[in-house]
Amino acid sequence: MAKASVARSGDRLAGVIADSSQERAAAQMVLAELPLRAFLNEMLIPYEEDEVSRLIVDTHDAKAFSAISHLTVGDFRDWLLSDLATSDVLTQVSTGITPEMAAAVCKLMRNQDLILVAKKCKVVTAFRNTIGLPGRLSTRLQPNHPTDDRNGIAASMLDGLLYGSGDAVIGINPATDNVEQAIMLMRLMDDVIQGYGIPTQSCVLTHVTNTLEAIEAGAPVDLVFQSIGGTEATNQSFGFNLDTLAEARSAALSLNRGSIGNNVMYFETGQGSSLSAGANHDLDQQTCEARAYAVARRFSPLLVNTVVGFIGPEYLFNGREIIRAGLEDHFCGKLLGLPMGCDVCYTNHAEADQNDMDNLLTLLGVAGCNFIMGIPGSDDIMLNYQTTSFHDALYARRVLGLNPAPEFERWLREANIFMDVPGTVLENHVPDIFRQQLNSLSEAS
Amino acid sequence: MKYEQADIPGKEARELVAVGPAAIEGLGVTRNPWEKLRRFTDARIAQGRSGVSTPTRALLEFQLAHAEAIDAVHVPLDIDSLQQRLSELTHEVGRVNALRLRSQAIDRMTYLQRPDLGRVLDEESRQRLVSSRVNPQSAVDLALVIVDGLSSRAVQDNAAPFIECLCSRLNNGDHEPFSLAGLSMVEQGRVAIGDSIGELINARCVLVMIGERPGLSSPDSLGLYLTWAPRHGLRDSRRNCISNVRPAGLSYDEAAERAVYLLRQARKLNTSGVALKDRRQSPVVSADKAAQNFLVK
Repeated sequence: MAKASVARSGDRLAGVIADSSQERAAAQMVLAELPLRAFLNEMLIPYEEDEVSRLIVDTHDAKAFSAISHLTVGDFRDWLLSDLATSDVLTQVSTGITPEMAAAVCKLMRNQDLILVAKKCKVVTAFRNTIGLPGRLSTRLQPNHPTDDRNGIAASMLDGLLYGSGDAVIGINPATDNVEQAIMLMRLMDDVIQGYGIPTQSCVLTHVTNTLEAIEAGAPVDLVFQSIGGTEATNQSFGFNLDTLAEARSAALSLNRGSIGNNVMYFETGQGSSLSAGANHDLDQQTCEARAYAVARRFSPLLVNTVVGFIGPEYLFNGREIIRAGLEDHFCGKLLGLPMGCDVCYTNHAEADQNDMDNLLTLLGVAGCNFIMGIPGSDDIMLNYQTTSFHDALYARRVLGLNPAPEFERWLREANIFMDVPGTVLENHVPDIFRQQLNSLSEAS
Repeated sequence: MKYEQADIPGKEARELVAVGPAAIEGLGVTRNPWEKLRRFTDARIAQGRSGVSTPTRALLEFQLAHAEAIDAVHVPLDIDSLQQRLSELTHEVGRVNALRLRSQAIDRMTYLQRPDLGRVLDEESRQRLVSSRVNPQSAVDLALVIVDGLSSRAVQDNAAPFIECLCSRLNNGDHEPFSLAGLSMVEQGRVAIGDSIGELINARCVLVMIGERPGLSSPDSLGLYLTWAPRHGLRDSRRNCISNVRPAGLSYDEAAERAVYLLRQARKLNTSGVALKDRRQSPVVSADKAAQNFLVK
């Protein structure tokens, strides 16, 4: 598997990469001949050693698998691309596909294959709005601030809302990571969402155990966040196991805060996290990543976000590797039935720039990605990396004819943020609902 | 629109962009009538838009900031000029030339892709360090290690003034003094290389000053990492970190105060890392009150 993976720095660092291009091509030929069944009989990480392996085996849907059980990995690619694999068929088969099968076929696919098949996969989720419908592209509004200053956060939030951002979630990475601070941020966002009747949900991206404590303390928790990986040891290094997630999910469900759906989990993933934790079991990073989707799938998330370029150049060296990984993750996640979004991003020590991000954003938009990030001017001043801006999302919506989630879109039009004309056209004035608040601030800076 | 030619990169170019054309309406740019919110945050809010896209001025400002961040990563540390600044310190620690060391990452491209090599001294450096010990049997309290890390600029600008503040606070008052080892400077290094250095020179504690991953708005962030009883192979959980030391972030004085607090606590507890917490009082505000902001009164 590792030898068949498209080259990237993390697999080189792990020492699992193909030694030459020829060896890679040969490995891909060997992999193509492998029957899909082989992945059920031979686990890459033994069943006894790893609870993610056990999850994959114990929840495998043999009935759904029967439609593809006769295929080799190479045949699987042809079948996925074929007209036999319609959206409905892909949905039916998805629970029969294991992460390793998805990872394997991914290694035989070109970028356009990853886009075409992902586009056929339909994954729709809901909480206070509906995410993932055809013709829609949602955004996570990410109003981070280096000291969690409440007015600083509110300023970025308003900027984003006025640019039509925030239908996937309003989600803050806290600068100070403790329960008290998380509760403060939850209240802040809840006040805004309820106060202005915005059909969206909030999330503080703090550790799952912090969110559990916040729920117990009576905080307004919409979504439970956790970073997840594809091996038990990775998740151990993140400080949780599958039971922790199950407990947190039922706690969030008990609050009953979703108005039209009950997908209450928000997961983040990213190639390289297992190697970074010394927990990759000599697997390549794309396979580890696909296994994380088995974890996600178990808990019916509203959103799964692959934070593709955040980890740094020792895992994904440049724009080319980041773009490939973003398309791979989106494809594998969608194939496994997940509401995939992507943090189209890079750090300043990676060989990448805004043009690479434009490329990946456009490709993912074509591929039917459920959501992307939205941040003022692409600059996250807390996490020190660059992701997609509010402007970027509007660009993608405009060139690809995409709209926000329907409930949120209706709110944008009623609030006079979007003009009441087809497509994404912004009003030039501050809408009435926010005018009083803005006017009450003095002009002096 | 007209921009004047920027002869000199950096600050001057930034100013040229910032003054830009005052009247940009009528040229396709829609300004946002909420620019006054900028007082609350350094985030790039209220940028205005050309259609739905980023206006030229904001685009150029962004590219300049990105260029500064890239340069922080790739421009090598100017060791000689840093040595010059260190020798001008009032504290005696600057008077002896710092030991110049290298990691096993032979160049920046290797460094970026092989963090493992950046954590280990190359053989020549190791030998030089070992032979530099005057009296190998007697331990010294604190080794100060300057490492280029991911931002040479952070180290170039901030290491010397921080050391000045640190040394003036370190052996102040009634506390038991810390004896200092000579400074060392490491090229192509990661945080953990400090632990090896501390171990080799028999230091009870090591404080690493390293260039942090540069942000778009903070290409010059210095990070401080403290390890008590350093030795090769320790994990992150054994270190304490103080981040964002720079003029526009955590001041040298405040950083030095925190570092000295942690050093004294580490000595008291005989350890560092997760077991060592900054327990100085911070004001407690209830979550309800703290959540108030201009959007919701």
